[in-house]
Amino acid sequence: MSTRLATGGRLIDRTSRLEFSFNGKRFWGHTGDTLASALLANDQMLMGRSFKYHRPRSVVASGAEEPNALVALGTDASMEPNARVTTTELFQGLSARSQNHWPSLDYDIGVLNSYAARLMPAGFYYKTFIHPRPFWKHVFEPFIRQAAGLGPAPKHRDPDTYEHFNAFADLVVIGGGVAGLHAARVAGEAGLRVILMEQTATWGGRSPVDGGLINEQPVQDWILETIQALETLDNVTLRLRCMAAGIYDHGYMLGYERLTDHAPVDGQPRHRLWRVRAGQILSAGGAVERPLSFASNDVPGVMLASALRDYVVNFGVSAGDRTVIVTNNDDAYRTAIALHEAGLSVPAVLDARSEANGDLPNQVRALGIRVEVGKAIAKVKGGKRVQGIGMCLQAGEGAVLEEIECDAVAMSGGWSPIVHFWSHTGGKLTWDAAGAMFRPDPNRPPTGQEGQPNQSVAGAANGEMTLEATLADAHAQTREAIKRAKVKLPKTPAPKAYAPSEAPLAPVWIMPQGANVKLRSKMWLDFQNDVKVSDVQLAAREGYESVEHTKRYTTLGMATDQGKLSNINGLAVLADQLGAEIPQVGTTTFRPPYTPISMGAIAGEARGEIFQPLRRTWMNAWHEANAAYWEPVGHWRRPYCYPRGGETHSDAVSREVLNTRENLGLFDASTLGKLFVKGPDAGKFVDLMYTNMMSTLKIGRCRYGLMCSENGFLSDDGVVARINQDTWLCHTTSGGADRIHGHMEEWLQTEWWDLKVHVANLTEQYAQIAVVGPNARDVLEDLGGMDVSKTALSFMDWADGTLAGIPVRVFRISFSGELSYEIAAPAALGLDLWEKLHEAGKPYSAMAYGTEALHILRAEKGFIMIGDETDGTIIPQDLGLNWAISKKKEDFLGKRAQERSHMTDPKRWKLVGLETVTPADVLTDGAYATAEGQNANGQGAVQGRVTSTYFSPTLQRGIAMGLVLNGPDRMGEVLNFPTTDGRILKAKIVDQVFYDKEGEKQNV
Amino acid sequence: MSEVMTPLATITALPVQGMLTIRGALADADFINTIQSVTGIEVPAQRAIMTSGDQALAWMSPDELLLLCPLAEAAKTAAGLTTAFADQFAMAVEVSDARAVFDIIGPHAREVLAKLAPVDLAPGMFEPGEMRRTRLAQVAAAFWMTGPDSFRVIAFQSVAQYVEDLLITAARPGTQVGYFTPAP
Repeated sequence: MSTRLATGGRLIDRTSRLEFSFNGKRFWGHTGDTLASALLANDQMLMGRSFKYHRPRSVVASGAEEPNALVALGTDASMEPNARVTTTELFQGLSARSQNHWPSLDYDIGVLNSYAARLMPAGFYYKTFIHPRPFWKHVFEPFIRQAAGLGPAPKHRDPDTYEHFNAFADLVVIGGGVAGLHAARVAGEAGLRVILMEQTATWGGRSPVDGGLINEQPVQDWILETIQALETLDNVTLRLRCMAAGIYDHGYMLGYERLTDHAPVDGQPRHRLWRVRAGQILSAGGAVERPLSFASNDVPGVMLASALRDYVVNFGVSAGDRTVIVTNNDDAYRTAIALHEAGLSVPAVLDARSEANGDLPNQVRALGIRVEVGKAIAKVKGGKRVQGIGMCLQAGEGAVLEEIECDAVAMSGGWSPIVHFWSHTGGKLTWDAAGAMFRPDPNRPPTGQEGQPNQSVAGAANGEMTLEATLADAHAQTREAIKRAKVKLPKTPAPKAYAPSEAPLAPVWIMPQGANVKLRSKMWLDFQNDVKVSDVQLAAREGYESVEHTKRYTTLGMATDQGKLSNINGLAVLADQLGAEIPQVGTTTFRPPYTPISMGAIAGEARGEIFQPLRRTWMNAWHEANAAYWEPVGHWRRPYCYPRGGETHSDAVSREVLNTRENLGLFDASTLGKLFVKGPDAGKFVDLMYTNMMSTLKIGRCRYGLMCSENGFLSDDGVVARINQDTWLCHTTSGGADRIHGHMEEWLQTEWWDLKVHVANLTEQYAQIAVVGPNARDVLEDLGGMDVSKTALSFMDWADGTLAGIPVRVFRISFSGELSYEIAAPAALGLDLWEKLHEAGKPYSAMAYGTEALHILRAEKGFIMIGDETDGTIIPQDLGLNWAISKKKEDFLGKRAQERSHMTDPKRWKLVGLETVTPADVLTDGAYATAEGQNANGQGAVQGRVTSTYFSPTLQRGIAMGLVLNGPDRMGEVLNFPTTDGRILKAKIVDQVFYDKEGEKQNV
Repeated sequence: MSEVMTPLATITALPVQGMLTIRGALADADFINTIQSVTGIEVPAQRAIMTSGDQALAWMSPDELLLLCPLAEAAKTAAGLTTAFADQFAMAVEVSDARAVFDIIGPHAREVLAKLAPVDLAPGMFEPGEMRRTRLAQVAAAFWMTGPDSFRVIAFQSVAQYVEDLLITAARPGTQVGYFTPAP
């Protein structure tokens, strides 16, 4: 059984007692425990089930590389799926549940998949769920979705908070092991701004467990001394529980800091995402141990040798009383020594190599521990727990020579450097045959914007696996980084380290060498996704030669651990099966994040009220107080209508339309874009931007204009006012202001840089109020201050003046067909003017109207709306706007494009009005007009579509606009428009101006 | 004017501030002379802000300056500049109402901004005299320092509420980062 030892545990505080629960069972552990060590201390070895076969799973590792022991942490709103028990620090009240089983962890019905394993080979899903085709969507996909995903998704709003933090550094050091600590110290003493990130809660990495001497003192003492030295340096920032998550272009990198996961505190952010712009990055992320591929290497109790000794040394926890160690290298002998020192039994060390005569094996022999060379594990006995192993020859086929009883197995297949960060931005790898590992290729580093190397790797992450080599490498790499930063090298001496020497490992990819298919189909490569040696071999036989394809076909390395343990073993098996060398097969690409980070950290502060910026006008509070029903327009929030009493929205809209037609409507048009175009060449510029002639516009006059893209398509429209000799004020659509401002600047800066024109976006400097209806002039005259009579301010005039003492610019323009003024005032005075208009408008039945009434008023008059009648494929000619396209101008944006044959094709659909034959009918927005026959794709043919459609309160009937084949020549014809509920509505082609065709109402 | 105080900083929404956008070539001596004679302030170098009495002039781009002045004088100054620019390719327009202005004052003001803006705010790297156009989370903004622990922020008026909420969120109690140390 796994248990807490009477002594030991350098990270735990034995005087503490933290209660926690797992699947409802109550346990306790100590401060300093991880959830993994605390569960093992309570003999809770079974921690989850694997993905495909639902095999029992326990921890196999002790750190971020753990593939098996993922749990759901917390409950309800704070529930988080797929938390690694090895990186979850224990806290009082922690509550965890295991995942991927039903009905319970101990009795899981899904385990039947395991018995059917022979029927579920590599590519099973691809092979099985292809036929019959329709089944995929309706049967297979829902079923697979149900079964897929290890953890449950949270159902409630996350109660925690998160934030981002932008930091700048000369050097970011990833990893707080001995290499990272020394690198930070050297760089710090050189005066560089340094951030040192360590993903765990303690400094020093695994060296305190593995032992050795640095500067003739124990590793732990040297670590403490180095930390103390670093703490005195103001230019060095030390962050524990902060994992480098990803490296991106030009030195941008993300750190994922877990602030309160280990000790929830109200008010503090749970996670903080560090967004660091680093001059250089030095990654010292260490290495992860590889499993060995022997039969039933996934049974709980089989662990990495390093993890087993971590649990003993760091937490005083043993995975079992009797541990068999199986290895292909010297390092695993450290586990034998650690277990022996803790008073535990090691029945045998099975070493796959033909000899083992290094310092460590000899030390182990001297302790009286049996060492068997050339030996391997044929299979592990046991289901939910290791009961023993069968020993065999590594060179043989797996005939059991001897059965050894044990309750734990420590395995070591060598070490893989953490090359992830190097690879994130394209650093290349090279195969080190002696170490049987990929390591960073110093000749092909990641580079910055100048092509300069901007990342170095040091220590075990760079393939330097011994204590001496790690520290020497950290020293040298940091000095190189300092040189690249063009800073004077510090006097910091290189540390002198001592550790027992290690003999080379022997690569072992399958154990034993000649294992038959029965054994190979029990050798797990990817523990979480249940990918076995036999699966990869099958994929190779089926023709999968690329490691990237094999990965996706077998799902090797696609689990939440991203193949940290399985990658090298898997591709070695693939290479072997293909008869290729490992470097020729290559490795899959490492991508950020290093381990999954929370969605909350990515979102940062962007949630609730500040999820997205909301743009508000100065009249916003009035709209709110008057029960506005809101509509988003770009980022603006605009009143759609202002319902009164129990009115429905459509009742409110009808009332607003009729009141505007009959009395007086007031509309907040402040969101309208207002671009101030000024300069000696402004006239030339506006002629190029608009399809119409704008340079001839007289001062004091307005003109409606169209803007097209260089491809001829209608992009924006609005009223242009000539302000003075060299100034035009261009109104744009509400959603288009920033876009058109950018459009103008782009042409001025990149193409017409010789034009002397300045553009200022004054959209927010002015509030704009439309005063619309037969009583419009009366109310303005009542406010007083300027002459707004027909003679002083005729249709399409503008004038400066004051109204009720407020400085204003009044435009006599109309988007409704009514007598109408648009009044601009300094924005801060907008609410004042708005309220004065309402007050003065009382005798005239003034009412505010919203955007929907605006739309109906314009549609009744047949005015187009950008985004309704246009969709990026429409040219002005389609909309019958030829009158707004100058024939005199030599050029304007879109001119040449509009002369292309497709643009002048008479078959282009043209804008017409559509009147429903039954007046109560309203066409469906976007509905097609059907035609006889079929199109080239065998679909029903069409001859037009609806672009705007409303019930007109003024005319008491359905009206619409639409684009129709030869539409203007087919007046009076009736077309069929299917609805979404299966009916067919009939509508007659008519002139698009439904109301006041002569324009008498606006011209009074 | 509203104010929220936390242990990190006090966030104050300020009333409308007089502001002018001035466009013209900063390489042009006539343009520079006109501005200096009308405003009495020296034209700032790249990414700098020059303060003089109740006015300040900030560099916005190679052909744009921002003039800060008392609100009551903004329209008059804009008119004066426009007249003075008569024979030049230059522009001055008032933008006072288009902007929202905030103060962030407190021991952790740098951290509050660093949570929202991709700017190196370390002491020694960002100090009074610098004008920085950048963004705060999802919107455009600019800021400069008005003292050792105080920043003034400008943003578009339409997103004033968003910016105020952002700043208050970034200054929530208990969220100190502890990153910045005093300049050497």
